[in-house]
Amino acid sequence: MSEVLMNDNRLAVLDHSRLRAKAGKPGTDRGRISVRDVDIVFDTPTGSHIAVQNANLTVRPGEFVCLLGPSGCGKSTLMNSIAGFVPPTRGDVTVDGEAVTEPGPDRGMVFQQHSLFPWKTVKENVAFGPLMAGVGQNEANSVARTFLSLVGLAAFENAYPNTLSGGMQQRVGIARALANYPSVLLMDEPFGALDAQTRIMMQENLLEIWREFHNTVVFVTHDIDEAVFLSDRIVVMSASPGRIIADIKVDLPRPREQSLLTSPDFMALKRQCLDLIRKETLNAFQQQNKVG
Amino acid sequence: MDNHSNAALLTAPMEETDGSPGVEQIIRKEATMASPMAEKTSDNARLPARIWMKTIGVRYLVRIMALIVAVVLWEFASRNGFHFYINFDNIPAPSVVGTALVAELSGQEFYLHILHSLERVAIAYVLAVVVGVILGVAMGRSRWAEDIILPYIELLRPIPAVAWIPLAILMLPTEQSSIIFITFLGALFPVILNTVHGVEQTSSVLVRAARSLGASRTAILWHVVLPGAMPSIVAGLAIGMGVAWFSLLAGEIISGQYGIGYYTWNSYTLIQYPQIIIGMLTIGGLGTLCTLLVRKGCNPLLKWQAKGGRS
Repeated sequence: MSEVLMNDNRLAVLDHSRLRAKAGKPGTDRGRISVRDVDIVFDTPTGSHIAVQNANLTVRPGEFVCLLGPSGCGKSTLMNSIAGFVPPTRGDVTVDGEAVTEPGPDRGMVFQQHSLFPWKTVKENVAFGPLMAGVGQNEANSVARTFLSLVGLAAFENAYPNTLSGGMQQRVGIARALANYPSVLLMDEPFGALDAQTRIMMQENLLEIWREFHNTVVFVTHDIDEAVFLSDRIVVMSASPGRIIADIKVDLPRPREQSLLTSPDFMALKRQCLDLIRKETLNAFQQQNKVG
Repeated sequence: MDNHSNAALLTAPMEETDGSPGVEQIIRKEATMASPMAEKTSDNARLPARIWMKTIGVRYLVRIMALIVAVVLWEFASRNGFHFYINFDNIPAPSVVGTALVAELSGQEFYLHILHSLERVAIAYVLAVVVGVILGVAMGRSRWAEDIILPYIELLRPIPAVAWIPLAILMLPTEQSSIIFITFLGALFPVILNTVHGVEQTSSVLVRAARSLGASRTAILWHVVLPGAMPSIVAGLAIGMGVAWFSLLAGEIISGQYGIGYYTWNSYTLIQYPQIIIGMLTIGGLGTLCTLLVRKGCNPLLKWQAKGGRS
């Protein structure tokens, strides 16, 4: 993948000053996320369900944070409130001091799967964001090509998404989210549906891309290895109600490569997360049993 | 359902890479490693003519044979006055119908009937598509619109075209407009219902993706909702075209002069049996042809579905 990040591509990335100006300079001063005293409650036919309870979280600009927890712990819900899809019932969510009220191109989203527009070619998918931002068709296309080169899919610009493998589709998804030069990248289990080999490759790709842009990343996952491998910080959540129970600093050196996965430091962090998750999962089981 | 046309569309080869060998290698590797689909696509693209004949050609041959068998049986039944519950005594044989058809085709009158019908169908159909898609999208997007419009559709849809004739005559100024109205109603309901169905199936992930990319409500309608509903809308357009011809026949009962429906009814009144059959087959043929044109015409809107070769 390193061959992909060639010098001319880098130059091309830096060329799109108009879009960049809109987004500010990612990785320097923009992309500070602040979640304060947030509860998110859903009304269901059987009563109200507390998805997130009293969440407090600050993410510094350029930080890579993983939200880790068992399924159903509200980590996606919390991310969706940062994205602007789910309003918090109580408390507030701000990005760079501004309250989040709706989704916006400053917060790029990458979804688990099937989120590309199947009727648009790969290039049209990536060009969509810039077009919506009001740049001309030509400039949008050139932005799209730049980002497709960045994820190594320049050759597939005229293909339709359903002709690509799952891993390639997710790379297009990442290129599409980045094409708006967002200050924050929100990723909701983006590699969850991929096979193990592809997943590891994608994680390495993502870190290389992130090194280029250094924007803030919030990454939702239930995979401990993934969380430790990728992030600067792991925010561990517990299930029902979803609460933040730990905030673990990941002090592993960067750039990170696959060999890290077997190092003692990695193992120690993994064990720490594993113990927390295990305790929480057991708790959740017991609660479910009580309810059932 | 349309396998042969899909196979024909699978010809677009993957575009070549942009020069950097590193990229190319990686892509090739992943394409073969993670996606057997890419391989399959290029195989299908080079489907040789010989194999086409063996697989798809044979199927068409069978279809044509099936029709020929029916015509031969009909000829036999008519010539021998087959009468066992079903009576072929007064049914002209295909050869007789053929002779009459040749006579009609060499005159001018027959083409005028067809032209008048085509004109009516064209006007009624275009109106039905415009009104149907707009109402369908409104109903699919807004609960209010659905609650207001749906009762009318539920109530009016089961009413057959023939039943509308008296009201159409009373309500509309000219004979032409009455016929067009009846044809329009026939085409309208399938278009509306399929559009609603398509719009309601809009993927919520895609809407969220579009919103996070900065799309406005209008942009979401154009770039997400309508393209997503398109397969269903196209199905509705094709069904609508069929029903339009079907209703036209009923409408043209009130026509005083021209139209293929009028021609058929008039032949019945005048006891011209071969002409009745010519009229029926013409309506069937034109209906099929127009439906096919609608499907083919809409294919470019759906090319993203065919390209993958997934079925």
